[in-house]
Amino acid sequence: MTFEHVLQYLLAGITIGSIYAIVAIGFNIIYNTTGIINFAQGEFLMVGAMTAVTFSRLVPLPLAIAIGIAVTVAVGVLIDFVFIRNLKKPTVLNMIIVTIGLSIIIREVALHVWDEKVRSLPYFTGDEISSINILGAYISPQALWVLGICATMVVLLNVFFKYSVMGRSMRACSANPVAARLCGINTKNMVTMSFVLSAAIGALAGCVMSPITQTQYDCGTSLAIKGFTVAILGGLGNSTGAIIGGLIVGILEEFSISVMPLAYKDAIAIAILLLIMFFRPSGLFGKQEVSALKEF
Amino acid sequence: MAFRKLCTICLAGALALFSVTCKKQSENVIKIGALFAVTGGASFLGAPEANTAKMLVDEINAAGGINGKKIELIIKDTGSSPEKAVSFAKQLIEEEKVLAIVGPSTSGETMKIKSICDNAKVILISCAAAEVIVNPVAKYVFKSPQNDSQAAEKIFDTMKQMGITKIGIINDNGGFGIAGRDQLKKLAPKKGITILASEEYDSKATDLTGVLTKLAAKKVQAVVNWSIVPAQSIVPKNMKQLNMNVPLFQSHGFGNIKYVKEAGKAGEGIIFPCGRLLVADQLPDNHPQKALLVKYKKDYESKYNEEVSTFGGHAYDAITILFEGIKKAGVAETDKVREAIENLKGFAGTAGIFKFSATDHCGLDINAFEMLTVKDGKFVLYKK
Repeated sequence: MTFEHVLQYLLAGITIGSIYAIVAIGFNIIYNTTGIINFAQGEFLMVGAMTAVTFSRLVPLPLAIAIGIAVTVAVGVLIDFVFIRNLKKPTVLNMIIVTIGLSIIIREVALHVWDEKVRSLPYFTGDEISSINILGAYISPQALWVLGICATMVVLLNVFFKYSVMGRSMRACSANPVAARLCGINTKNMVTMSFVLSAAIGALAGCVMSPITQTQYDCGTSLAIKGFTVAILGGLGNSTGAIIGGLIVGILEEFSISVMPLAYKDAIAIAILLLIMFFRPSGLFGKQEVSALKEF
Repeated sequence: MAFRKLCTICLAGALALFSVTCKKQSENVIKIGALFAVTGGASFLGAPEANTAKMLVDEINAAGGINGKKIELIIKDTGSSPEKAVSFAKQLIEEEKVLAIVGPSTSGETMKIKSICDNAKVILISCAAAEVIVNPVAKYVFKSPQNDSQAAEKIFDTMKQMGITKIGIINDNGGFGIAGRDQLKKLAPKKGITILASEEYDSKATDLTGVLTKLAAKKVQAVVNWSIVPAQSIVPKNMKQLNMNVPLFQSHGFGNIKYVKEAGKAGEGIIFPCGRLLVADQLPDNHPQKALLVKYKKDYESKYNEEVSTFGGHAYDAITILFEGIKKAGVAETDKVREAIENLKGFAGTAGIFKFSATDHCGLDINAFEMLTVKDGKFVLYKK
């Protein structure tokens, strides 16, 4: 394998890995405040991209994406208000089953609102045939957008959780909901906020990847599975873990193609996951003591 | 008490009336089932097929039906899933007792119900292309699209003209993709083509830069992508992004202009074998298919406000072949209709001129194909 090819696989791996990482971070945000896995996370990406595609014919692209994010956030808030907030006995298992049901409903609604056809947003810069040469490897300008936006989101999220009052309140909820309530934090509002955040980053990720991967009403499921794998791999609830996990899975998947038939690509991610679960059950960066405190 | 009695009598009366009307209806109606992948991965095939089938049945019923009998079409959406196709096929056969089933849209689904229909003695006219559907021949199973072996032959002939000998193949892991790859592999040695790499991807794949990098590293002179899923638009985009400047050949699964629209500028120059429907207006006026192609294109496009595709054409052919069979047989009896279809010779359809026989349930030869390419976002005849 020449240097160019190594670089080419690496770039492809980083691009796809950063998308996995964003989905995983979406899982993590909600997991941290509620202790549940929101299996409708993949659908957030789909709804965001589909809405943006629809509006991109009427308004300029940035505005269309903003509308896509707004609609997805509204869906996220609606889910929380209608289904999560008012659960009589909000056990973890109940809430997980609710999100699984919701993911199916959102998919079916999307099928009726839009249709079964594949669509995509226009390229943010350049078009289908533009490619950028990086040291002999080639990459679409859209892939740079994916990388740039994912990196920016990660930095902003970190700042938000570390320094803002709301971000710190949300972290307090994740550490200990009862103690957080005693300190005067409205935990229910924090849960809503976590849905807002993960819907928003999901929708943005869906939009930015749409020109490359195309969007269809049922495209969320497979992304959610990969994102979930990555979240577990990195340690549930751990954002740094999600990024590193995403990159590991993305890069290994791409390099596996060079030596093995493509058909085994998805098996690679699962094989890594199994190994990790075997040797480090709480994930690469998860702490055993922390995961012992969680119900799930 | 009296009220209850009245109710019972009314109910019994209603039931009796209902069963009478039911019986009456079944005598004047020919039931036809249809299995199309209106949703799911193959929706670019199934949706226009379902539209076409509805249009044709409405047309024939408005004209008084066949032999004085109306046609009742029962369409089921398989969601591109072979498992659903099986359960719907059983439902159509056992509960609805249909005369024939049109569809399914994909080869994978068709192969799952091939023996079911054959054993139940229900005519199946598939809209899927893989040659395995009719080879070996099953007595009650026909298909309307061209054979994939002939598509492969046409592609290799074009490659030879272009001086291409070393190629890479990628295909989706559905029935059509796998069957097409097998045909390519079987035919390549005879045509003097070397296959340097052959890879299979998931039907839901959204990024194929990795596998294309692998092909580029092996220095292939052309890429063949055999698929019916949206990856047909992703492959050309990924190739351009990787700065791979070798020709891309695709199968007759590319015959829907929506794939071209999704690929955008990257779709330019894709070469693929296809029936003549998409280039109907470019045919000479005396071509036997021209009048029919132009009419179908006009009817479909004015009714559904979207561009016609070869897949809708396959449903058009399947339905018209069935109608012709029923007309020729004179009665809606399975065995007579089946025989009538087997005896159709020189029947012009959208995919070509059908010539069925007891050993050939596809009825099309290599002449049904033209090589097409994409120019300025449109399908045109490929000229060297």
